[in-house]
Amino acid sequence: MSYLLHHPDEVARRTLQHLEIVAIALSIAFVLALPLGVLAARNARVRGPLLGVLNAIYTLPSLAVFAFLVTYFGLGLVTTEIALVAYAQMVLVRNISVGLLGVPAALREAALGLGMTPLQAFLRVELPQALPVILSGVRLATVATISIATLAGKIDAGGLGALLFAGLDNDDPNRIFAGSAAAAALAIGADGALRGLERFAALRARG
Amino acid sequence: MSAAAGAPVAIRNVIVTYPAADRRAVDDVSLDVPAGELLVLLGPSGCGKSTLLRTINRLIVPDSGTIEVDGRDVRDETPEALRRGIGYVIQAVGLFPHMTVGRNVGIVPELLGWERARIEARVDELLELVRLDPQRYRSRMPRELSGGEQQRVGVARALAAEPRVLLMDEPFGAVDAIVRTALQDETLRIHRALGATILFVTHDVDEALRLADRIVVMSAGKIVQADAPLHMLAKPATPYVERLMDAKDAVRRLQLIRAGDAMALGVDVPTQGRIDAERTLREALTYFLEGADRLAVVENDDVCGTLGFDDVRRAIAAAER
Repeated sequence: MSYLLHHPDEVARRTLQHLEIVAIALSIAFVLALPLGVLAARNARVRGPLLGVLNAIYTLPSLAVFAFLVTYFGLGLVTTEIALVAYAQMVLVRNISVGLLGVPAALREAALGLGMTPLQAFLRVELPQALPVILSGVRLATVATISIATLAGKIDAGGLGALLFAGLDNDDPNRIFAGSAAAAALAIGADGALRGLERFAALRARG
Repeated sequence: MSAAAGAPVAIRNVIVTYPAADRRAVDDVSLDVPAGELLVLLGPSGCGKSTLLRTINRLIVPDSGTIEVDGRDVRDETPEALRRGIGYVIQAVGLFPHMTVGRNVGIVPELLGWERARIEARVDELLELVRLDPQRYRSRMPRELSGGEQQRVGVARALAAEPRVLLMDEPFGAVDAIVRTALQDETLRIHRALGATILFVTHDVDEALRLADRIVVMSAGKIVQADAPLHMLAKPATPYVERLMDAKDAVRRLQLIRAGDAMALGVDVPTQGRIDAERTLREALTYFLEGADRLAVVENDDVCGTLGFDDVRRAIAAAER
């Protein structure tokens, strides 16, 4: 507790840094996952193998992945972001494709039959209908990324992990506590906010 | 309501094969649908009727053959432009759950870039056409409506941009019998009011007999017979059509003949009841079974003839010929 009280600016700085790492990772991850998720939803032959590969990545121990990537990309932010983006893919691609597959075929058929372009049908009909499931994926990916991003502290990329590992190295439980508490607060806060968004999207989708 | 007259549809040698299917879904079908006709495609599921319908708005692209709507090859414009000009109603309704009834109905005008005021006026006009009070319905969500109401909205949505051709794919398959009859009546009324060419897919023989100017019976991707309903009952081209139509069922045939068409002229005979000239002989039969010998046939409140069981028999015999 005392670290938090005596160094509030340091905890705040690390928290912001942590948020930045997570935000970059999730943005890149979503931009990548959206086309992959659409592809998986549209093409059954791609879906199985793609989700299989992403699932395999997801099950790798994160510390091992960080260590492995460091040998190629060195210490720092790049390695961190590559690892986080790779981890987030499975949940995001899975939920995007499941969400789209859950939209009744009749809705897409009606949208196209009325003269929407495929893009219009996607944006105006399919995406709003799939949004609750997609946002659920974003929520799970966010919480997981906030947690895994603490490993960034081990490879000189900063964030709340830096507090944790410094605490471990210096046998300073106060610092460990401060880092853990802040990371937990971030995760709980993000989970709550995204749950709210998810509920709103669900109400919108069913009309 | 501005009456956009119907456009003719010409289908020439259309062949459709689905990937991995062992036979053609549509097997070299040619069909001319004159402007303003209400044509019913009838057959069991898998006979190719739905597939054929969906080639008209290019949801399915044939392997070969051509389709013309109003004399223009459907490939001459983009699929989107073509579809915005052709009304489309599907069985599952396909209303967009996250949009109000008003937005659903106005979606094609919206895609066409109409101004908002014009869209709103059109939406109200269409809701009135399908007998839903715009004040009550335009802001409601689809899930708040009954199945029959949803289907009315589906029809209104298909009519939004004054299409000259309307495609209806088993539109009333999911509603109960009473609502279905009401919706069939609406379809006939709208068809008379707008004059659009309607291609209507169903597997329900009674629905086909009720609606059709002409019935096209399909089996295994081919047209088996194309004829007026009464003709089809009287002269089924194959045993298949006879079985499908249950053509031996004389009562079924009675529902296709108006009392006014079968009546005897002259009014100086005793009668035990009256029937509107627009009613069918099937209804007349009910009166005979209840004990009447002759009925007065009424048109616009005037008795214009009488109808007895002998007249019914004669009308059926005439239809046989």
